[in-house]
Amino acid sequence: MMIPRHLRTVLCAVALATMIAPVAQAQLTIDINRPNFEPVPIAIVDFQGDPMGGQIAGVIRNNLQNSGLFRSIAPGSFIEPNLGANAQPRFPDWRNIGATGLVVGSATNVGGQIKVDFRLWDVVGSKQLTGLSFTSQPSNWRRLGHIISDAIYKAVTGEEGYFDTRVAYVSETGPLNNRTKRIAIMDQDGANNRYITDGATIALTPRFSPTLQEIVYMAYGDTKGSPPRVYLQNVDSNRKELLGNFPGMSFAPRFSPDGSKVAMSLSQDGRTNLYEMDVRGRGQRRLTSSPAIDTSPSYSNDGTQIVFNSDRGGSQQLYVMGAGGGGERRISFGEGRYATPVWSPRGDYIAFTKITGGSFGIGVMKPDGSGERMLASGFLVEGPTWAPNGRVLMYFTQQPNSGGRAGSVALHSVDITGRFDRVVPTPTDASDPAWSPLIPQ
Amino acid sequence: MRMIKAIAAFAALAIVAACSSEQAPPPANAQVTPGSIADFKQNVGDRVYFDTDMSSIREDGRATLAKQAEWLKKYTNYPILIEGKCDERGTREYNLALGERRANAVRQYLVAQGVPADRVKTISYGKERPEVVGSDEGAWARNRVGITALQ
Repeated sequence: MMIPRHLRTVLCAVALATMIAPVAQAQLTIDINRPNFEPVPIAIVDFQGDPMGGQIAGVIRNNLQNSGLFRSIAPGSFIEPNLGANAQPRFPDWRNIGATGLVVGSATNVGGQIKVDFRLWDVVGSKQLTGLSFTSQPSNWRRLGHIISDAIYKAVTGEEGYFDTRVAYVSETGPLNNRTKRIAIMDQDGANNRYITDGATIALTPRFSPTLQEIVYMAYGDTKGSPPRVYLQNVDSNRKELLGNFPGMSFAPRFSPDGSKVAMSLSQDGRTNLYEMDVRGRGQRRLTSSPAIDTSPSYSNDGTQIVFNSDRGGSQQLYVMGAGGGGERRISFGEGRYATPVWSPRGDYIAFTKITGGSFGIGVMKPDGSGERMLASGFLVEGPTWAPNGRVLMYFTQQPNSGGRAGSVALHSVDITGRFDRVVPTPTDASDPAWSPLIPQ
Repeated sequence: MRMIKAIAAFAALAIVAACSSEQAPPPANAQVTPGSIADFKQNVGDRVYFDTDMSSIREDGRATLAKQAEWLKKYTNYPILIEGKCDERGTREYNLALGERRANAVRQYLVAQGVPADRVKTISYGKERPEVVGSDEGAWARNRVGITALQ
């Protein structure tokens, strides 16, 4: 797999030897599918040695706190504030300040490379849960913080983490009737924000390729009246290609799980149908033939099915069909209109936007349409996207416009239980989040 | 660039202002050149409105489009772009398709009234370029629109 140059880490990870034998059953576990739990108090000590160690610890604290699963204990209360990766913690001192988990580490500059060791301790069980050593270029310090956060998340929850990821989104500025909408990309925690399109024309609905170096999105043409089209763009070189040579408006693109195909909508003469493009060979196939609106296609995690949004039955509902088209069946039967279905990367849920009366919601259902559950609601919420572990989502909210001014538009993240919802900070108003897969190490 | 955007925003406001009086009879002292774009906007009406999630031409819209067709057959020098737009109470991708359906409904109506099909193009702005900035039924009703733009 090709890895974008700026993500190449020459990353070397090895397990640290366990320092002491387990003496008790581990207490530090979280079931992220259980709806009611208290955030686990965790102490993350500034990594000792190189000053970069404190910054890495800061990245980890922010990630774990933002997950909603952990409460990061203020470092000012630590009794052993200079504890390193290779010293034995005094567990009673950590229990005294209420810590259940303890993260310690060391950062050392070795011949221009940074070597980072860390350990996760179960304070209650006086037991090491994981310990790893990484060597990389110093410029990768933020990524090291994310990779360590993922290791902690996995050790505690048993699920893959999602911190070493990026988010593409639509940056929105200016008055609503002449809004600039451009594609931006940032790290999952908001760092390293940069712009992919220049804002000269409206660009919407970015989606990541599974290989991370490419996105697809929809953009209007440069001349007035030229219809929106789908573009494939390399986010490192910025090389841009038109995807599909369709006569009408093409939009709503989404990659297949292997990245070889893109499904999208084509509108012509008042009808909107689904098509599939080969990304490399440029072959194209028609997937639906209805006089209705068929849009927002999303492949199943195994690539064999596509869920999409159609008003063929009179109102917007969700339908599933084979990935080559055919066999369409409706799966949404609740009250209201359903839109923007997105199949979870682990296959167990389809997330959607639901419009009921005057309210919008984000929900999930099983792929057969059963088990519908709402996670968030508001005046306008829209556009769910899955973290690679399928247990956290992002979406966007719009506040009502008032006094001729646009209501604020912001990204949110929410966990699969709907319990922990928070704003994801962005430099400008932001919509249409697209969560990347984990970055290859 | 910033200057150009500011002017464009001002122009958009001016269109909104025009639209809000578009149902009223033209003022007695209107001084517009017959056959000009201003004449079309002021004396014919450049837009029709739609019901929520609908793309069928309403009764009031039919009268406007009949006048538009008559005018457009008389003054044949303008390329025509029908802009379909939606209110904010739908999802982004669906509204792009709905705007296209609305623009197409206007186009079909004009073509059926004798406007040559090859003169009339369509584009959808979904909910991305509202005519009126607001989050109440009054604003939404003005944003469910098909605009016959002359170029």
